[in-house]
Amino acid sequence: MVALILLVVASAFPFYWAIVSSFTPESRLFQAPSLFPAHLVLDHYRTLFNERNFWVPVRNSLIVAGTTTAFCVAIGGLCAYALARLEFRGKSLLLGVILAVGMFPQISVVSPLYLVLRQLRLINTFPGLILPYLTFAMPLTIWLLVGFFRQLPAELEEAAMVDGASRLRAFREVIVPLALPGLATTAILTFVYSWNEFLFALSFTLGPERQTVPVAIALFRGQYQVPWGQILAAAIVATAPVTLLVLAFQRRIVQGLTAGAVKG
Amino acid sequence: MRGADPIRGVERQEARLAWGMVLPAIGTILLVALFPLAWTAWESVHLHDLRMPWLGRPFIGAANYVEALGDPRFWGALGHTAFFAVTSVGLELILGLGLALAMNRAFRGRGLVRAAILVPWAIPTVVAGLLWRFMFAGEGGIVNQTLLDLGLLREPLVWFIEAETAWVPVILADVWKTTPFVALLLLAGLQNIDASLYEAARIDGASAWGQFRHVTLPLLKPAILVALIFRTLDAFRVFDLIYALTGGGPGTSTEPIALYTFNALLQNLRFGYGSALSVIVFAITFSLALIYIRLLGGELTGGKR
Repeated sequence: MVALILLVVASAFPFYWAIVSSFTPESRLFQAPSLFPAHLVLDHYRTLFNERNFWVPVRNSLIVAGTTTAFCVAIGGLCAYALARLEFRGKSLLLGVILAVGMFPQISVVSPLYLVLRQLRLINTFPGLILPYLTFAMPLTIWLLVGFFRQLPAELEEAAMVDGASRLRAFREVIVPLALPGLATTAILTFVYSWNEFLFALSFTLGPERQTVPVAIALFRGQYQVPWGQILAAAIVATAPVTLLVLAFQRRIVQGLTAGAVKG
Repeated sequence: MRGADPIRGVERQEARLAWGMVLPAIGTILLVALFPLAWTAWESVHLHDLRMPWLGRPFIGAANYVEALGDPRFWGALGHTAFFAVTSVGLELILGLGLALAMNRAFRGRGLVRAAILVPWAIPTVVAGLLWRFMFAGEGGIVNQTLLDLGLLREPLVWFIEAETAWVPVILADVWKTTPFVALLLLAGLQNIDASLYEAARIDGASAWGQFRHVTLPLLKPAILVALIFRTLDAFRVFDLIYALTGGGPGTSTEPIALYTFNALLQNLRFGYGSALSVIVFAITFSLALIYIRLLGGELTGGKR
């Protein structure tokens, strides 16, 4: 019990400290820090949105992560269903390849992707981020969805097919509605991974107009020193949506994450 | 062969449908992942320097790899990565196992614990790195201040100026962010263990430690190996966290292999050499995965079933 209380405190403290600090005036950030500061200001958030245009990276991240997620769930969903439910030769090979691609280090494809995107004039564009994002998002989506589809009872679609529905129709009308919670969880996880991605976004963008949130925060510079107040305010803004999503769907997310791993 | 057999016909129809369904996704993966991977390998045996386009892209055989083998910064980066992987994954497994055991008992406030666990895992790694850098930054930062107040330090430490101290926030941040994930994987494994086994062990007079050693650990081995695979592979490609925390510094003394490769590619624009480094990173992670899967495969077939 003590261990768990410690765990909760240790997990939460850096967030608490970042929130408190993001409301602390810059000049007092490193002076006798107090756990319960008396003087709170909104300055950093104001500068963040008024002067730094932080809504631009937020918009970029939403577009890139959103498109990646939608594409992966649609295309990956079909693939995952076939892998989970249909019998065909080469199935286990495909599963192996998908798992392997999901595990390989992103850095190992940065050079060719950069050269191709440069050739296609896609550096510093949205498609120039979405295409690379598919390298990790597609395997992740498929892997999670295979896990979810396998959990659904096979009798349901069999019953629909006995009633004369085609396999594809059984998929659309029986399986998809049943799998909606799984699809939603997968979509959230894919979105979170894409929202958090850093290496590709750093490699394939050039300026603030296409930078995603993590890249924008990491590259924050002040004139003379690190603008900690703004960085922390931005960190809170970057973390909030992901945190809310995860908290709202925590039970399912834990199921999805551990099911794939334990069965794999 | 037996085209008239109706069952074969249905099977073939199902296979055709299946291929139709997997093709778009598999095609995408081929295009955006496997084809680039092959290109990296091709690039790695060529001289390709974007700063010197007049050199073209001549084939130079293994020269890039030979250069890497004689490059102290490469070996340094490899060493830092291995050090980071062993230290952080080791700590995470030990702490994660403890947490999983604690969480496995029924208790109130499960939801709160799960939330506390998931949030660090879900936030961007770069942000985690920055939060920890902030806590260790400055002479009057919270970490220095707390250590001074507790009397553990006589004067504030500039953590990021020496390699030895710069590793502290790096390892702590990684442990903070990923121990929960390890604990969740192990917890799932614990929940699969049949409770009657503990009953039997207790009847045979096994102590708590005996139960842990002879029931929990052997049955948890597959879950531990899975966590080990995921975490080691992850730790080996560490980039975001160190980029945000130390930038690989001071100097290059905390630079991991992925960061060195990134610098070779996008700072120095040496695409041939950078690609050779990429292939090496890939080969190392791939062999690690193979070794682990070997171990795990043996464990699953020999132990469990």
